[in-house]
Amino acid sequence: MDSFILLLSITLMYSTPLVFGALGGVISERSGVTNIGIEGMMVIGAIAAAAGSYFTGNPWIGFLMAGICGAIVALLHAVASVSFAADQTISGVAINLLAPGIALFACRQLFEGAAMSPIAPKLPGVVHGHMSLNVTTLIALIFAAIMWFVLYKTKWGLRIRAVGEHPQAADTLGIDVYKVRYACVLISGMFAGFGGASMTIAIISQFTQTAISGHGFIAMAAVIFGKWHPFGAYGACLLFGFTQALVILLGGGDFVVPSQILSMLPYAMTIIVLVLFVGRSVAPKADGVPYVKGSR
Amino acid sequence: MRGLEKFLRGRFAAAAIAVLIGLLVAAIVLIAAGYDPIASFAALITGAFGRPKYITNVFIKATPILLTGVSVAFAFKTGLFNIGAEGQYILGTVLATIVGVKLNLPMPLQVPVVLLSGIAGGAALGAFVGWLKARFGIHEVITSIMCNWIAFYLCNFVVMSNTFHKPNSQSALPVNPSSYTMILGSWKKSEAGKEFLAGMPWLREVLLKTDLNAGFIIAVLVAVLISWVLTRTKLGYELRAVGFNRDAARFSGISVESNIVLSMLIAGGISGFAGALAITGTSPHTITLLAAMEGYGFNGMSVAFIAGCAPIGCIPASIMFAALIYGGMSVQQALGVPSDIINITIGTIVFFTALPGIAPYFADKIKQRREAKELANGTKAGEA
Repeated sequence: MDSFILLLSITLMYSTPLVFGALGGVISERSGVTNIGIEGMMVIGAIAAAAGSYFTGNPWIGFLMAGICGAIVALLHAVASVSFAADQTISGVAINLLAPGIALFACRQLFEGAAMSPIAPKLPGVVHGHMSLNVTTLIALIFAAIMWFVLYKTKWGLRIRAVGEHPQAADTLGIDVYKVRYACVLISGMFAGFGGASMTIAIISQFTQTAISGHGFIAMAAVIFGKWHPFGAYGACLLFGFTQALVILLGGGDFVVPSQILSMLPYAMTIIVLVLFVGRSVAPKADGVPYVKGSR
Repeated sequence: MRGLEKFLRGRFAAAAIAVLIGLLVAAIVLIAAGYDPIASFAALITGAFGRPKYITNVFIKATPILLTGVSVAFAFKTGLFNIGAEGQYILGTVLATIVGVKLNLPMPLQVPVVLLSGIAGGAALGAFVGWLKARFGIHEVITSIMCNWIAFYLCNFVVMSNTFHKPNSQSALPVNPSSYTMILGSWKKSEAGKEFLAGMPWLREVLLKTDLNAGFIIAVLVAVLISWVLTRTKLGYELRAVGFNRDAARFSGISVESNIVLSMLIAGGISGFAGALAITGTSPHTITLLAAMEGYGFNGMSVAFIAGCAPIGCIPASIMFAALIYGGMSVQQALGVPSDIINITIGTIVFFTALPGIAPYFADKIKQRREAKELANGTKAGEA
């Protein structure tokens, strides 16, 4: 029983950064903007959180800074993909090249040339019996619920989905497509930033070069697997978190499988899950297509 | 101003503007962080071109990113996004090392066999991603990234495995010397070679102090070949047709699915080739334990985008990026500027190449201003 609870709490812990990243992916793609830059925005969030928490001594400030910095990077993506109708894949890739550069440069500037930050104060844990969870896990769940409510129960959500499915129709109804997309991409960056923070000031307690290693892309896979739905994406992230928990638990003991092979598990699992489920998942119609006012 | 406007509408404008903005952003970041940008750029240029040795090393550094650049450019021309060049490169190094260590044939046989195994490794990984896309419709970007990390851990697994690990080191066993592709590799270290080179300090520095190898020449040939295939052959036509309009291609009898797999197979093979050439051509002639992605594939993407995904354009682009990366290391040594500034520069450059509208936008501005001026002059002339 104890090992089951341990597995469950590690699963929840490791799925949290993915959940934030995936929520960011859902909101951005629902409005019709592919955001491959989630990974980069998570890296920026990771350093911002560690630095903010270290220098102020208050991890909550670090968490907020991560969201703000993620949104600032997302602004670049929004300008490129909404205003300039750029190739969203290239723009996202550029952000993924740019962000680790900025993060490491900032890290070396702030911490005397080191590629990792010192140990920073962590966000508080929530302990219930044997379950030990970080508060970020709860925040992620609450945000998933809020996003579901906003997307499916409010007029704002209806507008966002309309813009992602058929921007021309939305435009004729008086919805400002550009404004909606800007807002969604910025929120997407904020969530990705939170995701980075829930790695560096909740799971580990410092920024390292490999703190975010493909998590943003696993989160994007979770968006597809979760059918662009907040709860679907949440469930998908739990599955990916579970594979990471297995890596940690099995890697700890004298297990026959070498650790390098074990480390491949989350990535292999992502491909397997996509193979099994992608055919049944349909993207928002205008996802990844720039909208140019007046064009048909 | 008319000349500038014409340039802005030309094909090189987007690249030139992106590079300029990249350098500008780097300068701003440097100033903000308290470094001298002029001194940094000077150190960068001296570090890249200051000595014959440095220039040679720039070309050696350009070799892998030219090939991964051609790989990305080729896939892009056929409508695919090969973000997996990194993993294909890694798998190329791994397979070349495995074969190069285990096999010891005479050199004329060994070199092609080792290179081909690297190509096969990259091609297999690329084809797998292509198959996932063709058969299941999974976006190649996500599967490629997953494959990158799988290749990454596979490399570390091979390095640490009992068969290949070199004791007391962070690397695998080096490949047999019969796999080497350095230019005049054995001659330059022989007595006759040393004697000959003693009188020629320039050549001596280039040959003895670097791993000068045949890689760059081969890479240029690959770029030319791929360009020819894309523009002059039926295969290239079909591949581009699939990329340009999938439905139209299908309608005209082209098999979309097999072309997707074929395109990724070729792209992967080129990246795997880059990995194999790195093993045969440069020290330590083996794979080492990876702590983070080395960026050969990602830099290849930058090369391809700045070249507008034209394989021939990748040649100058790869030299420029290699100079940035190699010269960037001396900036760190000389002035203590973190070399990550180079990644910021490169990221900015790629970001602005994603904005195809930016050069025509400035051209329009110039035109507007000129017309306004002409109008104003015209009215003045009219009044007089």
